Amino acid sequence: MTDYQEYLGFIYSVLETQNKKHVALSENTDLVADIGLSSLEVMEFIEKIEDHFDISIPLNILPDVNTIGELAHKVHELNL
Amino acid sequence: MLFDKFKEMAAFQSELAQRGVTPFGAVTEEIISATEGVVQGRRVILAGTNNYLGLSFDPRCIAAAQAAAARWGTGTTGSRLANGSFAEHQALEEEIAAFYGVGQAIVFSTGYAATMGMCSTLAGPGDVILLDADSHASIYTGVKLSGAEVIRFKHSNPDDLAKRMRRLGERASQALIIAEGIYSMLGDVAPLQEIAAVKREYGGYLLVDEAHSMGALGATGRGAAQAAGVEADVDFTVGTFSKSLGAIGGFCVSPHAELQTIRYCISAYIFTASSSPSVIASTREALRIIRSEPQLRERLWDNARRLYDGLKELGLPVGPSASPVVAVELADRAQTINCWEALLDAGVYVNLVVPPASPSTNFLLRNSVSAAHSSEQIDRIIAAYASLLDAGLLRPVAAA
Repeated sequence: MTDYQEYLGFIYSVLETQNKKHVALSENTDLVADIGLSSLEVMEFIEKIEDHFDISIPLNILPDVNTIGELAHKVHELNL
Repeated sequence: MLFDKFKEMAAFQSELAQRGVTPFGAVTEEIISATEGVVQGRRVILAGTNNYLGLSFDPRCIAAAQAAAARWGTGTTGSRLANGSFAEHQALEEEIAAFYGVGQAIVFSTGYAATMGMCSTLAGPGDVILLDADSHASIYTGVKLSGAEVIRFKHSNPDDLAKRMRRLGERASQALIIAEGIYSMLGDVAPLQEIAAVKREYGGYLLVDEAHSMGALGATGRGAAQAAGVEADVDFTVGTFSKSLGAIGGFCVSPHAELQTIRYCISAYIFTASSSPSVIASTREALRIIRSEPQLRERLWDNARRLYDGLKELGLPVGPSASPVVAVELADRAQTINCWEALLDAGVYVNLVVPPASPSTNFLLRNSVSAAHSSEQIDRIIAAYASLLDAGLLRPVAAA
């Protein structure tokens, strides 16, 4: 079973490649407001998480996710 | 502030207004035929109307609409569940079910209501929907309202769909899979044989939106599922009367008897007025024409290939194969708007498409072809694009 820290670690590693503004990444970093991901980039980023962990992330969770930490928590909750 | 979220759109509208361009909601001042009109003072060839078979001006459809208006009045003034079910509506439901060779049909007031209504009602809380990532806004709105768990699969990628069905485990057998026939923006046809094979392997239900493929594909014009030979795997077909049938309205057909119960649970069906009798009458006539005149489909595809080949020979970035929708895909917004305006000046109206209506960050000059276009009109559309190349507004990206 994947734990929260493992989700978080993978999210950081993926975002390093998309972090064009070189923002310091933390659990409180906002995916859109801080990193500046477009809606299309968010979906590509989500697909990478899905493929890596062999899971499907429902679209329903996205309105409640703004930060890296919120995403890691949501994905962890879904796959407990 | 309540209005803050509209600032970006307001800035874009202001930019367009300063340039004197109105690509969204360009006013058609006169319609001359199914393929010609006067738009913003210019007489133009209409190459962005989804009027695939050109039936909006068929004299038989017009006569049917006129007779129905005289007999039934201009509107029903009520919902299908109240006073708005006339014999005409019931007859169209029987005819559209017969056209698809299934037992059940529901007629809606718009195509948007049909798709959104079915997608919001079929699955509910506790159910799972898997939809193609490039699905139409009516599908996205519907599934959002449904309360079901919503999972996207990569556009027209049956392997990705299969992967996600596998991840669902036992839930896959009750999942609702949603795909389209022809995708409206780029004109690509869904791989329905492969998608149907995934459904056969994992179970579930398949809904196909044939809005842009009905009348255009299939031996008798039923759409992409018929062309792919997988109609037996389709549980629900939704579509519209506003494209190949030249009117307005939508439908859902299904072999499942439960559709007649579902009818009474669809808000988009219950809480809106039914279609005007004239609209239903012209739709019935257009459906009869589609059944009896397959040559219209042949003419549509001749024109589609002529336009596609012509734009490809110019070296323009069009899709991988000919389709009734031929889109020229560009990365730069200002360039696309300039091209749209120059095309209008050259006597051709096409659709300007910007994200998120386009499936990527690219901008589109979207052309839709009609069986009613003459070869000469198609050549004039191609010539208008060639003039953009001559003016330096476009550059060829591929070898001719």
